[in-house]
Amino acid sequence: MAIKSKKAIKISQKHLLGIQNLSVNDVNTILNEASEFIELNKSKNKKIDILKGKTQINLFFEPSTRTQSSFELAGKRLGADVMSMNITNSAIKKGETLIDTAMTLNAMHPDIIVIRHQDSGACNLLSQKVNCAVLNAGDGRREHPTQALLDALTIKNRRKKIEGLKIAICGDILHSRVARSNIYLLNMLGAEVNIVAPTNLMPKEIEKFGVNIFSDMKKGVKDCDIVMMLRLQNERMTSSFLSSNREYYEYYGLTPDKIKYAKEDALIMHPGPMNRGIEIDTNLADDINKSVIKEQVELGVAVRMACLKIFCE
Amino acid sequence: MKKKYFINANIIDPHNSLNEIGGIIIGENGKIEAVGKKVNTNNIPSREKVIDLNGKYIFPGIVDMRVFVGEPGYEYKENFRTLSEAALSGGVTSVVTMPNTNPVIDNVSIVDFLKRRGRDKSKINIYPTAALTVKAEGENMTEFGLLQSKGIIGFTDGVKTIQNPRIMNRIMNSASDLKSLIIQHAEDAELSKDGMINDGIIATKLGLQGIPISAELLIIERDLTLLEYNSCRYHISQISSANSVDIIRERRNKVNFSCGVSINNLSLNENDIGDFKTFLKLSPPLRTETDRNALVQGLKDETIDVIVSDHKPEDEENKRLTFAQAETGASGIETLLPLSLELYHNGSVELETIIKALTSKPAEILKINKGNLSIGNDADFCIVDINKPWVVRKEKLISKSKNTPIEDKKLQGKVISTFVNGEELFKSE
Repeated sequence: MAIKSKKAIKISQKHLLGIQNLSVNDVNTILNEASEFIELNKSKNKKIDILKGKTQINLFFEPSTRTQSSFELAGKRLGADVMSMNITNSAIKKGETLIDTAMTLNAMHPDIIVIRHQDSGACNLLSQKVNCAVLNAGDGRREHPTQALLDALTIKNRRKKIEGLKIAICGDILHSRVARSNIYLLNMLGAEVNIVAPTNLMPKEIEKFGVNIFSDMKKGVKDCDIVMMLRLQNERMTSSFLSSNREYYEYYGLTPDKIKYAKEDALIMHPGPMNRGIEIDTNLADDINKSVIKEQVELGVAVRMACLKIFCE
Repeated sequence: MKKKYFINANIIDPHNSLNEIGGIIIGENGKIEAVGKKVNTNNIPSREKVIDLNGKYIFPGIVDMRVFVGEPGYEYKENFRTLSEAALSGGVTSVVTMPNTNPVIDNVSIVDFLKRRGRDKSKINIYPTAALTVKAEGENMTEFGLLQSKGIIGFTDGVKTIQNPRIMNRIMNSASDLKSLIIQHAEDAELSKDGMINDGIIATKLGLQGIPISAELLIIERDLTLLEYNSCRYHISQISSANSVDIIRERRNKVNFSCGVSINNLSLNENDIGDFKTFLKLSPPLRTETDRNALVQGLKDETIDVIVSDHKPEDEENKRLTFAQAETGASGIETLLPLSLELYHNGSVELETIIKALTSKPAEILKINKGNLSIGNDADFCIVDINKPWVVRKEKLISKSKNTPIEDKKLQGKVISTFVNGEELFKSE
């Protein structure tokens, strides 16, 4: 199939640093654009050339499998020249600062830089120093905008709308950029958002974002249309955020017993990678009637294609 | 030196309860000969050259109790010469320097070096502190007695806190024996671990690890409890929250101690951090507007004794990084007075109270004969046009490092000239 070339797409931002900076119009523009790529990604010839001649640099300071490959694939399907920097061998390991790296890359005239960094705000800093557009692929615990966008697209695909839905986000909210981006986005699109976490993993004053907070998971998922689980980092056990995996599973793992409190047709989501048996029951994760986890990955490529296309222009 | 005559100034000298229009006479020896309303054209010989200040203000030279200088070890951030130039331009004539240099000021031999450098390179009065513990590691006490006899004004681990209560207890006992001044930076290391800004909505929004108010409270409460049993000269370097003000107000009647606040915490709040401005990564962190208001109130009712600049010069390389990687601290000695005057201009605090917290109060705590305009004293003072508007520009700063937290801020009040020992060492263009 052919993607029709339309007139320039309007977006209020030069960079995609976070959902916080986007307007509802921006979000809808991206989601609409992404919808058009879903079919392309299923067809036999997946490659088009709208980014032909453009250079995309993936700058991943943190290990990532799905996000990095998703961005790489997205760029390639649009015909861009994609370069992924391997940080473990790079000058950064030799003590070069982020700004110096940015200057070096900038001199190579990229059209777009995709960055993931362990420090919150790293993408903001980068965006001030380069001439091209910067896409945030996750910065510290601040934002992961394309994940939230692909989550929204997944929900929209299944439920046709987001407005009025009741959505629970459960798990390690404190350290989660996915949670923050999703809170902004789902709130913006008119959903009611419940946040479920033990107090040790709940960020300070998160209720000011306009969400309901729960430390009791059963109450938090009650009557929800969507239950979104987050990955629990293993190191949380060592610093007394939590006592043990089995206790966490007992109280905050998504089990058949707890999903019963949600709506009967509730969907289960997870940004991956999953810890089966810790934050989610393995059968639930694979339940084709409830789990849309694989669909999230699939739509992730479409969303990233849309973002690359829009922000490259 | 020629005798100098100034008339028609608004003179504020809190130490001598002086707040009147008058003049000042500086003797040939650089000492104050006369001051106040009695000094006017009627009793100055007509052949003498008299400078009419037309209502500008004269304040005693400011005593800044918390200043970082890069000597030794970090001369590229600030040296004694650049520090004193920067201080003079802000009306500061005496500074207490922090011991967090490389090496740390923790033994007698380094003090000699420091005193010599301070004397040779600096035009202002330098009062160095030494670390409370060797290498400021919080373990072994330094030689308070010997260090004091070499000219150390007080003891502090500067950017660090004595975490161990047993050690703090012993430090207080020794300080009591030797009449040493202890200055504590109040922050529990465990509660503030990896913390960068106030623990609240902004930390959540920016995805930065927060520093809870309890980290400060815990140390203040602990120390004040210990102080009940080991009375010594104890000063809390800076407080940052409304809760701290409450506790200090409440404990005042029970024990003797003093406390300070950074001008940054009096003028800014966590919202000013905006889009990861690393120049506003401070310790203690900027907190909420409610906290800031409580601090201003605490200054007003004198629960808080002194205002400090917390002048911590950091070069670009240490600040042009991600927020997590950037150094903590801001340059501030040049803007300490003008920024403090903002509290007067907006009606929050009386001018005399502000000047007191910048001059006589710190001098009293330090037990030095500075920060006043008493007759016979060194003529350290500044002349200030408290209404003159100006804008803070990074490139105009005199300090070697340009990490001001208030770049482009419009201020009202500028130092016209600064005198040390009767000599005019700074004059604004």
